Amino acid sequence: MTAQTIGVPKEVFPGEKRVATVPEVIPKLAKLGFAVIVQSGAGDAASLADEAYAAAGATIVPDAASVWSKADIVFKVRAPAAEEVASMREGQILVAFIWPAQNPDLMKSLAARKVTVLAMDSVPRMSRAQKMDALSSMANIAGYRAVIEAAHHFGRFFTGQITAAGKVPPAKVFVIGAGVAGLAAIGAAAALGAIVRANDTRPEVADQIKSLGGEYVPVDYVEEGTGVGGYAKVMSEGFQKAQRDTFAKQAKEVDVIITTALIPGKPAPKLITAEMVRSMKPGSVIVDLAAEQGGNCELTEPGKVVVKHGVTIIGYTDLPSRLATQSSTLYANNLFRLSEDLCKKKDGVYDVNMEDEVIRGATVIRNGEVTWPPPAPKLSAAPPKPAGAAAPVPAAPKAHGHGAGAPMAAGTLTLVFAIGAVLFLLMGAYAPPAFLGHFTVFVLACFVGYMVVWNVTPALHTPLMSVTNAISSIVIIGALVQIGPPAVAGLAGEGARPDEVIRWIAAVGIALTAINMFGGFAVTQRMLSMFRK
Amino acid sequence: MTSSLATVCYIAATILFILSLGGLSSPESSRRGNLYGMIGMAIAVLATIFGPRVTPAALGWIAVALVIGAAIGLYLARTVKMTQMPELVAFMHSLVGLVAMLVGYASFIDPAASAGMSPPEVSIHHVEIYLGVLIGAVTLSGSVIAFGKLSGRISGKPLLLPGRHWLNLIGLLAVIYFGYAFLQAHSIHDGMTPIVVMSVIALLFGIHMVMAIGGADMPVVVSMLNSYSGWAAAATGFMLSNDLLIVTGALVGSSGAILSYIMCRAMNRKFLAVIAGGFGGESAKPKAAGGAAQPAGEVVSVTARETADLLKEAKSVVIVPGYGMAVAQAQHTVYEITKKLREMGKTVRFAIHPVAGRMPGHMNVLLAEAKVPYDIVLEMDEINEDFPDTDVAMVIGANDIVNPSAQEDPSSPIAGMPMLEVWKAHTSVVMKRSMASGYAGVDNPLFYKENNRMLFGDAKKMLDEVLTALNS
Repeated sequence: MTAQTIGVPKEVFPGEKRVATVPEVIPKLAKLGFAVIVQSGAGDAASLADEAYAAAGATIVPDAASVWSKADIVFKVRAPAAEEVASMREGQILVAFIWPAQNPDLMKSLAARKVTVLAMDSVPRMSRAQKMDALSSMANIAGYRAVIEAAHHFGRFFTGQITAAGKVPPAKVFVIGAGVAGLAAIGAAAALGAIVRANDTRPEVADQIKSLGGEYVPVDYVEEGTGVGGYAKVMSEGFQKAQRDTFAKQAKEVDVIITTALIPGKPAPKLITAEMVRSMKPGSVIVDLAAEQGGNCELTEPGKVVVKHGVTIIGYTDLPSRLATQSSTLYANNLFRLSEDLCKKKDGVYDVNMEDEVIRGATVIRNGEVTWPPPAPKLSAAPPKPAGAAAPVPAAPKAHGHGAGAPMAAGTLTLVFAIGAVLFLLMGAYAPPAFLGHFTVFVLACFVGYMVVWNVTPALHTPLMSVTNAISSIVIIGALVQIGPPAVAGLAGEGARPDEVIRWIAAVGIALTAINMFGGFAVTQRMLSMFRK
Repeated sequence: MTSSLATVCYIAATILFILSLGGLSSPESSRRGNLYGMIGMAIAVLATIFGPRVTPAALGWIAVALVIGAAIGLYLARTVKMTQMPELVAFMHSLVGLVAMLVGYASFIDPAASAGMSPPEVSIHHVEIYLGVLIGAVTLSGSVIAFGKLSGRISGKPLLLPGRHWLNLIGLLAVIYFGYAFLQAHSIHDGMTPIVVMSVIALLFGIHMVMAIGGADMPVVVSMLNSYSGWAAAATGFMLSNDLLIVTGALVGSSGAILSYIMCRAMNRKFLAVIAGGFGGESAKPKAAGGAAQPAGEVVSVTARETADLLKEAKSVVIVPGYGMAVAQAQHTVYEITKKLREMGKTVRFAIHPVAGRMPGHMNVLLAEAKVPYDIVLEMDEINEDFPDTDVAMVIGANDIVNPSAQEDPSSPIAGMPMLEVWKAHTSVVMKRSMASGYAGVDNPLFYKENNRMLFGDAKKMLDEVLTALNS
């Protein structure tokens, strides 16, 4: 098979400034074996002149029709318009943003042309495919641009300054959704000197927010918000209520809100209500990055900048296009990386290998056959937590000395109580009252000991042991009462008390416990006097 | 002194003992706690001596015995090295056990003790004597063996007799049988045989129990014997119908039991499994079974000078002491190094594993002896999350408490035991005599990790060299 030709037409969507390849990528594509043709003027809006393309080795053709007719592979940014679809021929390969879920009619008409379509928006999210993840590179630009747009419409500095003319407080920026766009916005706003706060339903991004100089604002409600593939998912009613409260509070405080909350395949969640907009300070700015999917703010008008209740609401849907040179370069690189994977032999021919997980995911139509959606990839940036008890490491025990450990299982507890009850019943039935008095004292003392010792700091365990040891020499009382008790009447002759023997035993006992008593307290004192701050 | 006055004194002593234990919950109040204990003890002893149950004729005897005991005790307390604290505590436990036995025997041969009791009361009294002697004997022999093991006079390796659980069961049945015979005896002479036989069995049982426990479990054993000595005192209290003894014994008994429980939890082991023994002896098993993965990688050894350089470059240092530091008496050098590093503006902290050393809190006492301030000595739970931000973690003579296989290898015999996660530090330096495994007999993959360095040699000598290099 002879080497294929990649064609890059000028984007036809009104206002679209991006172009699907840039001069610096053309030699790389040539190295893979491809010839590249570019429609004259394709890169004009992105400040990329025909001459630059030509110098890089591309062939410039005068119009779109010649691109579509000559190219085997067509690189585009936006999904093709109806007339572009009509000019496609059987076997041609199209690489572009397609959004198959949102554009079923387009999918049908493309399939009817018996072409192969690779959707850049369907490249699976996995580490191997990061280099071709055009969604991320566009989101990154959108996030940056959102901050620039906000700064443009905001009447003050972002950074705090103390000038001869007075003190300027730094602007407060609240970013909702810490995906790629959100994080880029956090970084850009922080770099401009603003105080940045951010919220996300996925708690694991808190660290990423902090790493970019933002402050994580949690919603005070426990629910795990990570769906399959590292995207967010729809949250419960209770959570949404708590979230609204959090946002309402932030809206009153901050100067700029940037919303980036998107859930794949669903309309954007309405997070900023008209009420919240009304509560914001006049001159505040909202940038709604979800405008294309309906907007996160109720008052957003997609594609427009509107001022409502004194708040500027920016609903641009073409933020990447507003940074055309940058986004074209990144997009072109994404396409080149995808081409590398599609052309492993470097012979200038696309091999749409459906065994390859990345290519399988990106391919939405193959030779007229719709292959979308692909089998669900079960990958997430952070591996989902194994359910239930199968935690990898057993939960670390709580710091001891501060509250009791895990409660016993109900069954064990019942058994313990049952045995205890039986024992107490038996004792109550047979034991004499004198014994029970002592027994009461004993049981209570056990509990007192438990309560008291439980709070001892581990650093003092050794002194504790030596002091309890010293205290246990209280058995000396046993020996003391035996050494010379008052005579008991009526004990004489056969049953007489062997006074001498007992006295000696008791004396030895007293001496031994005295060792313990004096030694124990003294050594404890010695140890404790060593502890110092 | 009247009987009522003596009782009131006893109540005061009880309260003071409780305050004493409570006072030990923090270093600030601990000295006061010890003082409470002394006052309580003095009140209890004086109230007894001048109480209704001691005749003035015995005062001479008591004084002589007390003076002898006090002299020995104070001498021991003055001369003991802090590294020998576990031995001393074990030795003292054995004394309590012995005295409980002696008091039990004396009470048994004393007809006055049971004079005027009704038959069921006499039976209960006899049961109390029997139990008191039993617990005392187990405490005595167990503590003696623990003392031997801790002082190195007896091998730390667990002695596992074949069918040891059956032996214990037979012992228990025999004790019950002789207890029955003891209660049936009508004269002191008749009862002497069963109680002596039982004492011998109990002594053997105590020996057997502690012999079967491996060196790594010694902290549990020491605190368990502490608990036993308390129960022995409580049993004596029942025998003599003395509430003060009962209360104090129960306080000590339950506190020892809690300490044992805390120690077991720190090792992620069941209390019964520790008592059943044999932990330290499994060294051969995992290898034979092929279950535990052999650690792979290279061991990188460093010199003392290189260690000093690592410390000089570090901003935050965590020192993890183990029994090796105690053996080498290196705590003073450790303090000197700490002082030096702190002067250089570095953060130095100590991480103490709950079962580091040979008795609960052993390391804290040693560091306190070396004048290390206690607010930079942290517990495992307090410091574990800081290791990723630590530049150098210096492990001195510890092994089983810094073993990553507890987390990484489910088939390891120590799997699940909480560890000081030194391997998360940027660099860890392990000071050790050799590559030998620790008491648990488990290989340590930490030594083979990429960010780990080994400094072989005697801890004291190596630390001295590190200090010299730091000063130069």
